[in-house]
Amino acid sequence: MNNFTPATRAARLLRAALFFSAAALLPSAAGALPFWMRLPEQASTYAPDIDNMFHLIMWITGVIFVIVELMLVFFLWRYRHREGRTAHYTHGNNRLEVVWTIVPALICVMLALLSRRIWDQIKENMPHEGLEIHVTGEQFAWNIRYAGPDGKFDTADDILTLNQIHFPVGKPVIVTLTSKDVIHSFFLPEFRVKQDAVPGMHTRIWFEGNEVGHWEIACAELCGLGHFRMKGFVTVDTPEDFQKWLAEQAATQTPEPPKAASKTIESAPAAAPAAQTAASDAKVAEKGGSS
Amino acid sequence: MSTVAKPREVHHAAVHAAPTSFWRKYIFSLDHKVIGKQYLFYALFMLIIGGLLATLVRYQLAWPGRPLAFMGKIAPEGMPGGQMLPEYYNSLFTMHATIMIFFAIMPILIGAFGNFVVPIQIGARDMAFPKLNMMSFWVAVPGAIVIIWSFFVTGGAAAGGWTSYAPLSAIQPRGQTLWLISLLILGLSSLLTAVNFLTTIINMRAPGMGFFRLPLTTWALFITALLLLLALPVLSAALIMLLFDRTLGTTFFLPAGLIVSGQPWPNAGGGQVLLWQHLFWFFGHPEVYIMILPAMGITSEILPVFSRKPIFGYRAMAYSMLGIAGLGFIVWGHHMFQSGMNPLLGTTFMISTMVIAVPSAIKTFNWLGTLWGGDIHFTTPMLNALSFVAMFVIGGLSGVFMASTPVDIFIHDTYFIVGHIHYVLFGGSLFGAFAGLYFWYPKMFGRMMNERWGKIHWFITFVTFNLVFFPMHFLGMRGMPRRIYDYTQYTHLKGLQPMNQFMTISLFVLGAGQLILVFNFFLSMRRGKVAGPNPWRSNTLEWQTSSPPPHENFVGRIPTVYRGPYEYSVPGHGSDFLPQNEAGGPAPARSHG
Repeated sequence: MNNFTPATRAARLLRAALFFSAAALLPSAAGALPFWMRLPEQASTYAPDIDNMFHLIMWITGVIFVIVELMLVFFLWRYRHREGRTAHYTHGNNRLEVVWTIVPALICVMLALLSRRIWDQIKENMPHEGLEIHVTGEQFAWNIRYAGPDGKFDTADDILTLNQIHFPVGKPVIVTLTSKDVIHSFFLPEFRVKQDAVPGMHTRIWFEGNEVGHWEIACAELCGLGHFRMKGFVTVDTPEDFQKWLAEQAATQTPEPPKAASKTIESAPAAAPAAQTAASDAKVAEKGGSS
Repeated sequence: MSTVAKPREVHHAAVHAAPTSFWRKYIFSLDHKVIGKQYLFYALFMLIIGGLLATLVRYQLAWPGRPLAFMGKIAPEGMPGGQMLPEYYNSLFTMHATIMIFFAIMPILIGAFGNFVVPIQIGARDMAFPKLNMMSFWVAVPGAIVIIWSFFVTGGAAAGGWTSYAPLSAIQPRGQTLWLISLLILGLSSLLTAVNFLTTIINMRAPGMGFFRLPLTTWALFITALLLLLALPVLSAALIMLLFDRTLGTTFFLPAGLIVSGQPWPNAGGGQVLLWQHLFWFFGHPEVYIMILPAMGITSEILPVFSRKPIFGYRAMAYSMLGIAGLGFIVWGHHMFQSGMNPLLGTTFMISTMVIAVPSAIKTFNWLGTLWGGDIHFTTPMLNALSFVAMFVIGGLSGVFMASTPVDIFIHDTYFIVGHIHYVLFGGSLFGAFAGLYFWYPKMFGRMMNERWGKIHWFITFVTFNLVFFPMHFLGMRGMPRRIYDYTQYTHLKGLQPMNQFMTISLFVLGAGQLILVFNFFLSMRRGKVAGPNPWRSNTLEWQTSSPPPHENFVGRIPTVYRGPYEYSVPGHGSDFLPQNEAGGPAPARSHG
């Protein structure tokens, strides 16, 4: 899944630690827990890495939580006021202070180091090759742009869609995000992808779909009164279907205004055609949501 | 570092005489005790407003779009015919957070308890600058008036979230300008308070009251004042810059080429969007500690009293608060992991954020150590302080999830974050405030609050709080974004409606339970049992004077301090407490035994 970083010893250790935590959570994977106690399905190659880290932290903090709260309740019961009881007179214990400073510090540093590897893989090490897509947020829609046959952006043969992003399975996708007006956030829950789309900035992220299907794009950063309906759709196709879809889109493109204008003032789509949205909704729903 | 305060007589001569007229005694009072009570009423009033706003938010989340007929009359523009509009919803959660943070939690912890308790605890006759103190309060009042007024201007109140991220906050209707003005006013008030606390605690401690004999409440407020002093000017600068962007045509936060609704925005160019976030969170993260440190101090005060046992690790408690304060200034970037900030910078902020969990862990273990071997009395203040410990553990541990940069990719801006902050600010700060209220009420009003009703109020609050806020973690795990008017738009979130309804119904019970506190609070002023000077058999100086304390706090000479604040159950001493100002008694104990 990650073919561009060498597997070092530390990486192997990390894998082992994450594997352990994932294994410990097998019951949930088997569906023993109700849907709301589980993370959504994993539709991208790095989703399992993020989820394993989540579960590792859940196990560590969960154990600490249970120990601390049980101690609290036990002390409250054991040392409750009784007739004739006298409190033990002590001001503390320096050795204990040292222990409970160092142990949490070690756990936290370990979690930081483990997190760093995954973070670097997701945010720092961009794949050298992949499908380039430009996504521009605006109140309240996602403008999706493909380079078209010439492989270059901002040319006449660019392919533009509204709120519909398609890409082929098994190939990295590199998205360049920006915004026309306010901050939006490009959130694909099942892909564990979230990145703010910031006006004046171009942020590059990557992900790779690992199965064919339909999902939703949510806006995760408050962007105004229509924030809640700034919804888009993700379709992961087989490579053949993707080429077919791209060709269909190319055929239906309306010619763009001259280049000079398109740089600054892009045509402002008010909303996606209602029929198209309804059809996409039906596809996502048909898949059984995302449980 | 056992600094002995300056001779008392110099200061004593400068103190004002007791006022006699109604206006000088109750309204424009210079007495820190009256000002503390004024802040208390102010904060409780705003707490009710903030809570009502939250109820409307949760109503919409439980039954999206279902009309509320009576709201059609109260807010005809935001809820025509009782049907909530999306922009009104955005105003509701923006104002809920703003009011709770700046107008309820901060005034009750710092303005009310800080003002009332600190001068007496350190053995001073008043704050260092009584007129400045009065000004702090009377500057905070127009702040509240402006923020409430903003609901009634065209376009409604601010709707950009309490974080007011630019450029959205730069292009919002007029309510946003009032939001900025209100927080600028309030910032001035808090800055004056911070200067006053610092001066008072440094210069006006009673003879013998060294820094390491200060009660931990005073320690916490000392550090809180430091944080306010250093963080607030940065917020004020950012607020002024945004105000200029909105009104004078500057472009601090507005980059070139902004197109709003298809039209180029008139004043755009050269600005940096993320600059706002850096400035806001440079203030905003210390702000989180500004709201939790006083509650930590109150808890550290109450646990020893009702365990009849010295606090475990007094110095560790003080140093860990200093550690939190210092580290609190280098973790702000963890709010910006997904903002487009350089990912390498994200890694450094992750490490500092993981490290700041350590002092909180130290405090938790020391609270447990205080309970261990104690003689524990379950009074209402104690139950609330224990709830603080139990709930703060959850809020602290859930913070580890978002500190981890890769995990934060998924949970950032979801309900997981909302759950986390409510475990810190309600489970933490507000339980701390309730604990302080039940604890110092007899000192403030001379009568006890009703214990039985206090316990019922605590029980309802504790149970329903968890029913409302714990499920938020599950919503976040399913990917439900925060600040969303109608999540049922999304197929993948539709199934969460029953859980949202359960949370909202729990909130109704939680809210109704607070009526018990309101009645207990007002009825006890007249009908409560007379408290006497020291109903909790406590050691600190505020309990060694009458309830309520006289003008200038102590009759006759200022007390002399002989020992630390938590000498409970000292072997060989007749009773299980030994006040700080009691001469003689067993030899002063070492700090660690």
